[in-house]
Amino acid sequence: MTNTKKPLLNDTFVVIIFAAAILAMPIWLDPIGGNYPDLLQKFAIYGIFAIGFNILFGLTGYLSFGHAAFLGVGSYAAVWSFKLLTMNVLPAVIFGVVFAGILAAIIGFLSLRRTGIYFSILTLAFAQMSYNLAYSVLTPITNGETGLQLARSDPRILDSLFSDGSVGAGLPSTDLFGETMSGYPGFYFCAVLLIICFYISMRIFRSPFGLMLKGIKSNQNRMRYTGLNTRPYMLTAFIISGMYAGLAGSLLAVTDPLAGAERMQWTASGEVVLMTILGGAGTLVGPMLGAGLIKYFENIFSSFDDNVLTQAFSFLPDSVVDFVVPVVGLFVGSGWHLTLGLLFMIIVIFLPGGLVEGFRRIFNYFRSGGKTKPQSVEAHNQAGE
Amino acid sequence: MDAIFIQILNGLDKGAAYALIALGLTLVFGTLGIVNFAHGALFMLGAFCAVTFQKLVTLSVKVRDEGVTAFVAYKEQPYLETWFGDTGRIIIDYSVPLSILLAIPFMLLVGYVMERGLIKHFYKRPHAEQILVTFGLAIVIQEIIKAYFGANPIPQPAPEILAGSANVGAWVGLGNNLVYPWWRLIYLCFSGLIIFSVFAFLQFTTYGMVVRAGMRDRETVGLLGINIERRFTVVFAIAAIVAGVAGVMYTPILPPDYHLGMDFLVLSFVVVVVGGMGSLGGAVLAGFLLGIVQSFASMNEVKEIFPGIDQIILYLVAVVILLVLPRGLMGRAGVMDD
Repeated sequence: MTNTKKPLLNDTFVVIIFAAAILAMPIWLDPIGGNYPDLLQKFAIYGIFAIGFNILFGLTGYLSFGHAAFLGVGSYAAVWSFKLLTMNVLPAVIFGVVFAGILAAIIGFLSLRRTGIYFSILTLAFAQMSYNLAYSVLTPITNGETGLQLARSDPRILDSLFSDGSVGAGLPSTDLFGETMSGYPGFYFCAVLLIICFYISMRIFRSPFGLMLKGIKSNQNRMRYTGLNTRPYMLTAFIISGMYAGLAGSLLAVTDPLAGAERMQWTASGEVVLMTILGGAGTLVGPMLGAGLIKYFENIFSSFDDNVLTQAFSFLPDSVVDFVVPVVGLFVGSGWHLTLGLLFMIIVIFLPGGLVEGFRRIFNYFRSGGKTKPQSVEAHNQAGE
Repeated sequence: MDAIFIQILNGLDKGAAYALIALGLTLVFGTLGIVNFAHGALFMLGAFCAVTFQKLVTLSVKVRDEGVTAFVAYKEQPYLETWFGDTGRIIIDYSVPLSILLAIPFMLLVGYVMERGLIKHFYKRPHAEQILVTFGLAIVIQEIIKAYFGANPIPQPAPEILAGSANVGAWVGLGNNLVYPWWRLIYLCFSGLIIFSVFAFLQFTTYGMVVRAGMRDRETVGLLGINIERRFTVVFAIAAIVAGVAGVMYTPILPPDYHLGMDFLVLSFVVVVVGGMGSLGGAVLAGFLLGIVQSFASMNEVKEIFPGIDQIILYLVAVVILLVLPRGLMGRAGVMDD
């Protein structure tokens, strides 16, 4: 990219800031009640998922409604690696990525023959097929509705080679060369992978390959007229994106070693779409931001109930409280999806570029001294439009 | 032979539901160019019209139960019964078909508000954004329903006279042990009627002719001095009504709950795409086709040969059709090709 204008931050700097922000999450999330390991792990894992989805959707504009299938396959592969080979997480993660990649190659090879909504429906159909199969015929592999779980009697071939094979009381836990992967160590493991993934995704965005994908997004026909076969590029992007999802799925299994078919349902695919759009599709940090926000609100909002609300509004007169609590109660607790839906609609209607676009507008507004001015060309490029 | 006949009926029945939802979806797409992910939610809203109507007519008051003489007992008696006696009882019995009277104006209103308030602003936005905003809307509608009606399915009884089964076997000469629920037969006829009226409206009225012209080339129609947007709003409302009444009539077959819409949405999108986006005939054809294919796949004989086939057959058919026929069964060139 021949940008005459110098970017505000150079790439190394961005990665360093990003890494610092991620690793310091336990500190800066503490005041807003986001500092517990389970939630932090989810931030990192769904961040990876969304970043991967963004490589496909943000760069090429192909809206896949079947990414949950890769997440599910990653989880299953990881749990099987725990069961058969070792409780070490590295092989599990590798298997998760590889199997998701293979599935993505098959699905991508077929689905990418079509574009637009036909592509969306094809990916959706494949994901629903995987989901339904995981529930029914593939029960020996997936353990159907119960979900795949560890058992004490699992063979764990590699583990039994290197130790005396005795298993302590209860189920073994996942580890990385002796370090147990639950709580904060688990989060830091996911965080390191997230930073690596972010770096890779950034390299892809800046590479000729990424430019090619952006070209496909803006006008696929014109790309073809120049004599370029777009299919291999699309397929590569699809596979990379699927592998990210597989990695996220295997990390879900690492932090909590069980895998259920509901991870593959189409609503899970919808969720990652929401995350990406909310943050800003086609931007680097947007998807991560969206994923964090949705997971944060899911945890915080869904824990509210009427009692908490009554306390929170106790400064108001009683008659007002009686009115306010049920109304607000609609939006929190089990009804937090309503908030999500509304928030999402508002974003799509008023801010199609997502939160990142919003920040950029605010930033530009202040930089131009309170005068609104048309967006710079660079900002447009960044949004990947 | 009996089994096959039953499966065909089952398939037609399922297909009728798919076809009705898909018809509205493809109508909206063909006219407004909008991919409406909230269409399943409209189906669900229709179903909950029936629930609301039933709640309304069975509003009860406690009265002394004269049948019990040993002690003072009370029973719930609906107001309608107190006021109108037998007529009231009949109204309660027929609450499901009668709730269509509530559903039509309600869905008309919902469709109109939705189109003017939200969809209108998305005509020129990319399909991906249309999908996303209507998906958000679907979540919102679904959660509101959940907040008011709870998460559990609410069974709706069919009218008593139609609760049993029809002796279908005797009609076609296949013996007496071939029976089929009356209500499902009614549903089948009803959807046939609805589909026919939608087609008749588009085919035989001047209004429909203009709409069809607008589907072909809205710009030219607009240049002729016709306010095509206004007509398209009406079309959207019609699609909402079709989905709504389909939902009402489906309640005795499947007790409605809040995610009914989402369940049907995915399948009806598959149906629309298989039929060809924007093709009305294609949607109906694909709806019945997929319904029949699905019910045959769930026969035990088939399942023994291909285990699990009933779970994936719809998607499998969809994938094959899309890969072989890029525009679905009856899609026109130039639709969604960009």
